[in-house]
Amino acid sequence: MPFINFSKDEIQCKIVYYGAGFCGKTTNLQYIFNRTRDDIKGKMVSIDTKGDRTLFFDFLSLNLGKIRGFDIRVQLYTVPGQVHYDATRKLVLKGVDGVVFVADSLKVQRKKNIESLINLAKNLAEKGISIRTIPLVIQYNKRDLDGTDSEILPIEVLEKDLNSMLKVPSFPASALKGEGVFETLREISKLVVKDVSRKIMLLDKQLR
Amino acid sequence: MNIIITKKDLEKINHYLREMISSSFAQSVLLIDRSGQLIAHHGDDLNVDIPALSALTAANFGATAEIAKILGEEEFTLLFHKGKSENVYFTSIGEHVIMVTLFDDKTSLGLIRLQINKISDGLSKIFAQIFEVKKPRRGIGISEEGEKV
Repeated sequence: MPFINFSKDEIQCKIVYYGAGFCGKTTNLQYIFNRTRDDIKGKMVSIDTKGDRTLFFDFLSLNLGKIRGFDIRVQLYTVPGQVHYDATRKLVLKGVDGVVFVADSLKVQRKKNIESLINLAKNLAEKGISIRTIPLVIQYNKRDLDGTDSEILPIEVLEKDLNSMLKVPSFPASALKGEGVFETLREISKLVVKDVSRKIMLLDKQLR
Repeated sequence: MNIIITKKDLEKINHYLREMISSSFAQSVLLIDRSGQLIAHHGDDLNVDIPALSALTAANFGATAEIAKILGEEEFTLLFHKGKSENVYFTSIGEHVIMVTLFDDKTSLGLIRLQINKISDGLSKIFAQIFEVKKPRRGIGISEEGEKV
């Protein structure tokens, strides 16, 4: 649900980073926070447990600059990935405008990625949103583990598992090192702004 | 669902918030939607990160609503946090909006609650119209003020 404030010429959008536990959602936000200029970012808020697992969400507000005279403000949220926190995931998804699905490239996490994507589709559907129409980007995280002892899945396998039906933009990434993090953010922001513009034009037509 | 707030809407909202500040001696009043977006702010310039405050407020309210459901209540419509010198009072305004009132020891909780009761109906009506999406109102922020996206 984008918030369009004509008085301040501002559009506020909500982007949620979704994915299984330990896939790197918080790491994405931390990297963005550390590499963004102070004047365009707010404070990063994390509600986590003592073991640094996200309990409720992480939150970061960014100003993306002007598009057609409007200040674009995006609010980035993560959800807790652990299975038993489904109620809080549903709360964070309230009013979502775009989703980044962060997939863990580790072979052992293959099943959890699929389960988390199904969980996303289900939770969106409960809000009357289809996973096929909402702006969505998939990020294949932890690519930096390639060539190490940890076995990771090839991109083709991840694409087949998660993106063969959706066919949304996808990016290989390493949230820890920063590769692909801003590419993912740029793409989801572009898709969300495009979607908002389309909705505004539709509304404009309706009113004429 | 798109939420569009026109200048006219905001003027009406600000009128109520001004009234709230002057009659209750609160420091600041914020209106936030349930997904954590800031709608309006009136009163002292807060030296805090308002988007973060908005996100946390919505989360706090959402979590409390779930507690209410578990206990068989429909919703807890107000929350109050008391600090040493700063206090925060959260009230739901209709179905979609939360009002956050920040106040110190220059005023009392009773006066804050009294003044909120006075304006909450008026604000609820404005927001019921804003969040009504099925029938677009004439001139929603587009031709009325001569603004166009």
